[in-house]
Amino acid sequence: MGVELTTTRLEDAAKWAKQSTLERATNWGRKFSLFTYPFVTACCGMEFMSVAGPKYDLARFGAEFPRFSPRQSDLLMIVGTVTEKQGPALKRVFDQMAEPKWVIAFGVCASTGGFYQNYHAMPGADQVIPVDVYIPGCPPRPEQVLDAVIMLMDRIQSGRGHSQLRDKREQLIATAAQDHE
Amino acid sequence: MSAKVLDALKASHGGAIESLESQHGDAIAWIKRDQLLAVATWLKTNPAMAFDAPVFVTCIDRLDWKPVDVPPGPPVYPATAAWTDDGGKPRFEVVYQLRSTTHHHRLRLKCAVPEHDARVPSLALLWPAFNWQERETFDMYGIKFDGHPDLRRIYLYEEFVGYPLRKDYPKEKRQPLVRRDDLPLNPIKSPTGGHR
Repeated sequence: MGVELTTTRLEDAAKWAKQSTLERATNWGRKFSLFTYPFVTACCGMEFMSVAGPKYDLARFGAEFPRFSPRQSDLLMIVGTVTEKQGPALKRVFDQMAEPKWVIAFGVCASTGGFYQNYHAMPGADQVIPVDVYIPGCPPRPEQVLDAVIMLMDRIQSGRGHSQLRDKREQLIATAAQDHE
Repeated sequence: MSAKVLDALKASHGGAIESLESQHGDAIAWIKRDQLLAVATWLKTNPAMAFDAPVFVTCIDRLDWKPVDVPPGPPVYPATAAWTDDGGKPRFEVVYQLRSTTHHHRLRLKCAVPEHDARVPSLALLWPAFNWQERETFDMYGIKFDGHPDLRRIYLYEEFVGYPLRKDYPKEKRQPLVRRDDLPLNPIKSPTGGHR
C-alpha cells in the first residue's frame, strides 16, 4: 500500500473522515493560523498588499500576520519574479521556515517565469523549492489569491501539503524498514 | 548648439576624431580608442566645454547589424562577414553620453572596439558616476575598461560564464546557482518517483 498522491476534493473529504481526531484537530488549527512570509520581489507585491489590506482582507482566513522572519512563519508566498541570483536566498528562506510549511507561487513569474524567458529569470520558483499552489495572472486578481488560500486550506486539512506528504512518506518508509527487520 | 561643440572638438582634437555625425539633433563624435581619455579629459576640464554631467555608458553589439528600413531589392546592408576585425567595421561600439549643466549642451562619444581586443580606456576616474556604469557594461558585454578602479561584475554573480547581452549569447541559456538535481522529491509532480 502507498499514499495516494493525487486526489479529488471528494476523496479528500473521505480521507478527513479517516483521520484521527487529533490529526483532524491539528490540521484544522494549522489551516486557520497561517503565518505568511511574503517573499516580495516585484510588482505583484502591490496586489499582495491589496489582498492583505482591509478591502479583501486575508485575515478572514486566518492568514493574518505577515511575519518578516522565516522562522516564525509557515506559509511562504513568493510574490514576483525570482532571478537565478536569488535562488540560494529563496532556498535558504524556505529551509529556515518552521515545519510543516507551505508555499504559494503568486503570479506567473513565480509560477513559470512568465514572460522572462532569458538568462536571468528562474523559470518558476519550483525549480528550487516545492510549491503547493500556483496562482496565474500578471498580477492575479485578489479573488484568485483568496481562492488559492482556500485551496491551500483544503489541502492542509486533508494533509496533502508538500511537507505533510513528505512526513507521511518518511513515516511509511521508517515503518517499512522496521517491518523488514 | 551641438554643432558648436563639434566644431570646437574638431579644432582642438581633429586628429582623434574618426568621424562626426548628428542623430535626432544629438551630436555624435567617433573617437579613436587611444585618444579617448585625452579627448574626455579636455571635454571635462575646458571651461568652454565643461561636460560635468555624465549621463550613461553602454555598448552596442553590431553582430547582426542591419539598417532599420531595408530598401526593396537585393539586400545592400553589409553582411555579418563584413563586420570582422580586419577591414570591416569592428563588432562593438562603446557609447558615452555627456552633458554640461553650465552650457546645456550634449555630446555622445563613440568608440569602435573589435571583438578580439575588447578594451577601452576607463573614464571612471574622470567622472566617478561612470564607475558602476562601466561595470555594468563589462558585466553585460565583456568590454574591459583599462584603468577602472574596481572592474567586477555588478548585476550577475561571479559564477556566471559569458556576457548575456552579447548577440551570440544563447537567448534562454540559464546558469543556475542552485543545482536542480539534488532537490528533494516532489510527490505531487512525479507520483511514479524520479526526481521532480
